[in-house]
Amino acid sequence: MLKDITLGQYYQADSVVHKLDPRVKLVGTIAYIVTLFMFRNLTIYLIALAFLVFTIRLSKVPVSFIVRGLKAIVILLIITALFNLFLTPGEPIVSFWRFSLTYEGIAAAFYLAIRLIFLIIGSSLMTLTTTPNQLTDGLESLMKPLNKIKVPVHEISMMMSIALRFIPILMEETDKIMKAQMARCADFESGNIIKKVKALIPLLVPLFVSSFRRANDLAMAMEARCYQGGEGRTKMKPLKYQKTDYLAYLFLLVYLIVAIVLGKFFPLHILQV
Amino acid sequence: MPIILNHVNCIYEEGTTMEVAALKDVNLVLQDEQFIGLIGHTGSGKSTLVQHLNGLIKPTGGEIYFNGEDIHDDDFDRKKLRSQVGLVFQYPEHQLFEVDVFSDVCFGPKNLGLPKKEVELRAYEALKMVGLEDEFFYQSPFDLSGGQKRRVAIAGVIAMKPQVLILDEPTAGLDPKGREEILNMIRDLHEKMKCTIILVSHSMDDVADYAERIIVMNHGEVFLDGTPKEVFSHKQELEEIGLAVPTVTDIMHQVKELGYPVDESVTTLSDATDALVNLYHNVKKYY
Repeated sequence: MLKDITLGQYYQADSVVHKLDPRVKLVGTIAYIVTLFMFRNLTIYLIALAFLVFTIRLSKVPVSFIVRGLKAIVILLIITALFNLFLTPGEPIVSFWRFSLTYEGIAAAFYLAIRLIFLIIGSSLMTLTTTPNQLTDGLESLMKPLNKIKVPVHEISMMMSIALRFIPILMEETDKIMKAQMARCADFESGNIIKKVKALIPLLVPLFVSSFRRANDLAMAMEARCYQGGEGRTKMKPLKYQKTDYLAYLFLLVYLIVAIVLGKFFPLHILQV
Repeated sequence: MPIILNHVNCIYEEGTTMEVAALKDVNLVLQDEQFIGLIGHTGSGKSTLVQHLNGLIKPTGGEIYFNGEDIHDDDFDRKKLRSQVGLVFQYPEHQLFEVDVFSDVCFGPKNLGLPKKEVELRAYEALKMVGLEDEFFYQSPFDLSGGQKRRVAIAGVIAMKPQVLILDEPTAGLDPKGREEILNMIRDLHEKMKCTIILVSHSMDDVADYAERIIVMNHGEVFLDGTPKEVFSHKQELEEIGLAVPTVTDIMHQVKELGYPVDESVTTLSDATDALVNLYHNVKKYY
């Protein structure tokens, strides 16, 4: 069950995408997300699809692995799609009681679903090909200008990297405690919702206790190594752009221009609305 | 009621680059009322193996029979299986969650749907069995010492009155005194409850004194299986896979190498003492 969540996980492979500078990937992901929400027509999604297929092929991450990450949002997807289908005002096709299925609803639901799916796939591709450490290094370096206006950039990125680092550990811990309670015949699956929530107590209490214990240990270990924040701190592996990184930026720029021009001037629609 | 493992295989993350074979063709018959030591290096598959025994992990190949029934049959009652094959995880104190010790121990039997009186009786018996004093019964489990917490956690499993009790590294992280106490407690449990005990450990010294049968795992396979004497006679093979014979056996080997006629296959401290005392008398006789 917990293994289905691929968001925030890293997939080890030897590919061009893995080797890119994390800043390129961050900027690329932001640009990609912007294009997803810029226009509402088919053209933009076809271009985004091409972009996705191309980068996924380059990254050597198996498609099945990426698609697995979508399982986590299936329910969210269904609910939002249903709301959009039946609650969008417009020209009704079928209607019953207070709800009516409209052309506008179909279009809205379709675009919403596509946007969500593409959003998840795109951002999980970034986290699958970038280690959490690289990711926060990239973020820290991109946000450095904010230091001027007294934003504690280093502290924020340190918190982020610790949080990301602890996701797999806490997942493992959850799995272990769950098994330990199941060995005492705890039942996490059957019963109504109240029973199910109550059944989580034996899982959540030990999980909280162990997270506090871990946080305490980590703080102690950091202080033992004289950690004192970002001031005067140097990096063992400072980020440096390579030739491929510049090429990737160029590729991104081309993608952005193509997406904007085609999306604006050659829009395709599924329904004439 | 023996547990039978028939060609059990377990592969994690099948079909990805992270594929690991945790168990490879494991065949075992675990007889009733045996005291079994399961030994292996970190990552040898011993923890994976014991989680198969109560159905927490489903094997990717092969079958497991409890009481003659396949535990992964659709109509098999796995909840009942878990109460009969009790599994105490590594660092079991991490699973404690209730406001006081007594209610935490009640959790297992309560899940079995027993009447309240029976639940409380079992919890009381279990806490007595692990040797926890009455004064701690209504304290928060988080206020106890490491050794006491572990006893409470073990009591939480034996309160279900399992026929097979599996303990995964029950002495990890305890001081020598706590280790000794826990091991003696497990031996007492074995004598009083007449249940099968499977003691998982990476330390030969932990199991040598207690177990009547030792199973050695290596890279997901059963490497050796037999009585302590049989297993520890393979000193060299054990050292090759990064394990050692018990300290006393090692000492007797060294004494033998010095040219003294002693039995180097002893595995317990008392046998070794006897052997050395004998040797001393013999030597005195000749010189």
